[in-house]
Amino acid sequence: MMGEGLRYTVSRNTSVSTAAVWLGVAAAVVALSVPWWANAGFMRWAVEVMCYLVLAQMWNLMAGYGGLMSVGVQAFVGVGGYSVFVFAQHLGLHPFLAIPLGGLMAAIAAAITSTVVFRMRGGYFAIGTWVLAEVFRIAFSNVSTLGGGSGQSLTVMTHIDRGVREKGIYLIATATLIVASLAINLLLRSRFGLGLTAVRDSEAAAEAQGVDVKALKFIVYVLSSFGAGLVGAIYFTSILRISPPAAFDANWAVAAIFIVVIGGIGAVEGPIVGAFVFFALRWFLADYGSWYWLAMGGLAVVIIMFAPSGIWGFVKARFDLQLLPLQRKLIVRSAKQSIGAAVAALGSEASKGV
Amino acid sequence: MMEWVDTLIQGVLLGGLYALFAIGLSITYGVMRVVNIAHGDFMVLAAYLALWPVTHLQMHPFLAIVPVVVLMFCLGYTVQRLMLNRTMGPNFLAPMLLTFGLSVILRNGLQQVYHADSRSLQIGDLAIDSLHIGSSLAIGAFPLIVFVTSLTLTAATSLLFSQTRIGIALRATSDDPETAGLMGIRASHTYAIALGLAFALVTVGGVFAGIRTTFSPESGPATLLYAFEAVVIGGMGSLWGTFAGSIILGVAQGVGANFGAGFGVLAGHLVFLAVLFFRPTGLLARTQ
Repeated sequence: MMGEGLRYTVSRNTSVSTAAVWLGVAAAVVALSVPWWANAGFMRWAVEVMCYLVLAQMWNLMAGYGGLMSVGVQAFVGVGGYSVFVFAQHLGLHPFLAIPLGGLMAAIAAAITSTVVFRMRGGYFAIGTWVLAEVFRIAFSNVSTLGGGSGQSLTVMTHIDRGVREKGIYLIATATLIVASLAINLLLRSRFGLGLTAVRDSEAAAEAQGVDVKALKFIVYVLSSFGAGLVGAIYFTSILRISPPAAFDANWAVAAIFIVVIGGIGAVEGPIVGAFVFFALRWFLADYGSWYWLAMGGLAVVIIMFAPSGIWGFVKARFDLQLLPLQRKLIVRSAKQSIGAAVAALGSEASKGV
Repeated sequence: MMEWVDTLIQGVLLGGLYALFAIGLSITYGVMRVVNIAHGDFMVLAAYLALWPVTHLQMHPFLAIVPVVVLMFCLGYTVQRLMLNRTMGPNFLAPMLLTFGLSVILRNGLQQVYHADSRSLQIGDLAIDSLHIGSSLAIGAFPLIVFVTSLTLTAATSLLFSQTRIGIALRATSDDPETAGLMGIRASHTYAIALGLAFALVTVGGVFAGIRTTFSPESGPATLLYAFEAVVIGGMGSLWGTFAGSIILGVAQGVGANFGAGFGVLAGHLVFLAVLFFRPTGLLARTQ
C-alpha cells in the first residue's frame, strides 16, 4: 500500500556503501592471493595485523555494542593459544585443526566464568575481567606439563614443511578475518543486531522495548571470546611459542582498546581505521621503545576528550558516509512531499501491519 | 598454632596497607561511579615523586609524604577538572577509557624517565624494629605504623564524609548531581575534590609501599587490582567496608603465601571471586 503520489524505497545501500562492499571483496581476493607472491616476512607481519584487527572487532562488538567494557580479553586470547598447544603438542592433533578448538575452548571458558564476572556491572565488570585474566595467568603458570612459568614451544610444527606452515597459518588468519567481518555484518543486520544496537544506544530503552538485555550480553560475551580465542590460537601457532606472560599479557587488551577508541567505538568501520593508525604509528616509532605506547595513549586520550566517536565517527559525521550497509535509509522519489510526510506515511503503513 | 597467629597478624597488617590503596578508589567510585583504571599508576607516580626529596634533600620519607600529598591532591583536582569532567555523563565508558589511556601513558612515561629498575625508600633501622609479644610473636614497628595510619585516615575520611560541608556536598553529588546542582553544589568542583582526595590518600599508600618493598613503573596494575578487590569485598558505599575488605584480602594473601611463593596473590583473587559469587554486593554494602 502506498500513500497518494508518494513513491519511496527503503534501502540499506548507498552508492558509497556499494563501492565499499566491492572494495572489501577485492581486498579479500588480494589478501587470499598473498601467499603466491609475497615473502614469508610479509606474511608473518600480515598475520599479526589481522590478529589485532579481529581482536579489536571482537572488543568493539563487546564494548561498543554490548556495553561490556572488558579489560580482560587476554584471558581468552591465552586460553585459545594454550588450547592449540594442548591439542597439537600433547594430544597429537594437527595444529591447523587445533586452531578452531582454541576458539571453542575460549568460548566455553567465557560461558563458565560469566557466572562470576556478570555479577558485576559497568566499571566493576572492567576490572573484574582483568582479575579473571590474572587468575588464568597464575593458574597456567603452575601447570608444569605446559612448561609452567616459562612456557613451551610448538615443536610438532617441525613435522610440517616450512612453506606449507607459513602459507597455511596465513590463509587461516585471512579466512578468520573475512569470516569474522562477514559474521559481524550479518549479525548486526539481523534481529539480534537490531537489539544489540538498541542496547548500545540505551540499555534502559532497549529493555523497555522487550529486548532481553541479559541474554544478549551473554551471547555477545561468548561470541567475542570465541573470536579472541581464535586470535590467540592463530597468533601463538604462528610464533611457535607460548608462555603465560605473553599469552595473558594485558597489552592484548591495551592494543584492542586503543585500536577501537582511536578508530571509532560502536562502528564496524572504526577498528579498521584504528588498526591502520596503530600499525602506522608502530612503524614510524619502531625505534623509540615506549614512546610508541605514549603516542598511542596520548592520541587515545585526546580522541576520548574531543572526538569521542573516534576518527571514523568524525569523518562519518563530516561527510555523511556509511561504508557498511547496516542502516536503513528512506529514499523518497516524489519531489512534492517532504521526508517528514514520507516517514509519517511509512509509520501509518507499518501500524496497519503492511 | 603460633605460626597461624603470626600469619594472621601479618595479613591484617598488610591489609592496613591495602586499605590505603583502596580508600581512594572507593571514594572515586562512590562519588563518580567511575573506576579509575590509572589509580595504581598514580600511586606509583606518588612514590617516584617522594623519591626526589628523599634522595636529593635527604628528607625522611615520612616527612616527604607531606609535600607529595599536597602535590598529588592538586594533580587529582586538575586531572578531574580539565580531563575527566569532559567525559562525565550517563555513560561510564568514556571516563573509564580515559583513565585507561592515562594509565598506559603514566606507565610508559615513568618507564621512559626512571627506566624499569625497582626503587625503594629507606627509613633506616625503623624498618627492622619490632615489638615482641611473648617469646614467639613479633610485630614489625613499621607495619604497625602503617596500620595505625591507615585506621586513622579511614576514620578521618569517614568523618569528613559524614560531618563536614564538603562531605555532604560529595554525598549529595554522588546521589544526584543535577539536584545537587540546584542546591548550589557544582559537580565539576566536587568531583575534582573527590579525585584530589583519592590521590592524596593513595600517596600515603604509595610512599608506605615504597618503604615496605620496592616499586617500579610496572607496579601500578597490581595495586589497582588489590585496591579494587578490597572495595568489592567490602561492598560499595562504605569506607569501613573497604577497610574490612582490605584486611580480608591481606589475610587471604598471607595465608595463601604459606602454600608457596605464587599462591598469595592467587588466594586473594580467589577470595575476591568467591565473595563476588556468593555475596555480589560485598560484605558491608550500604547501597545496592
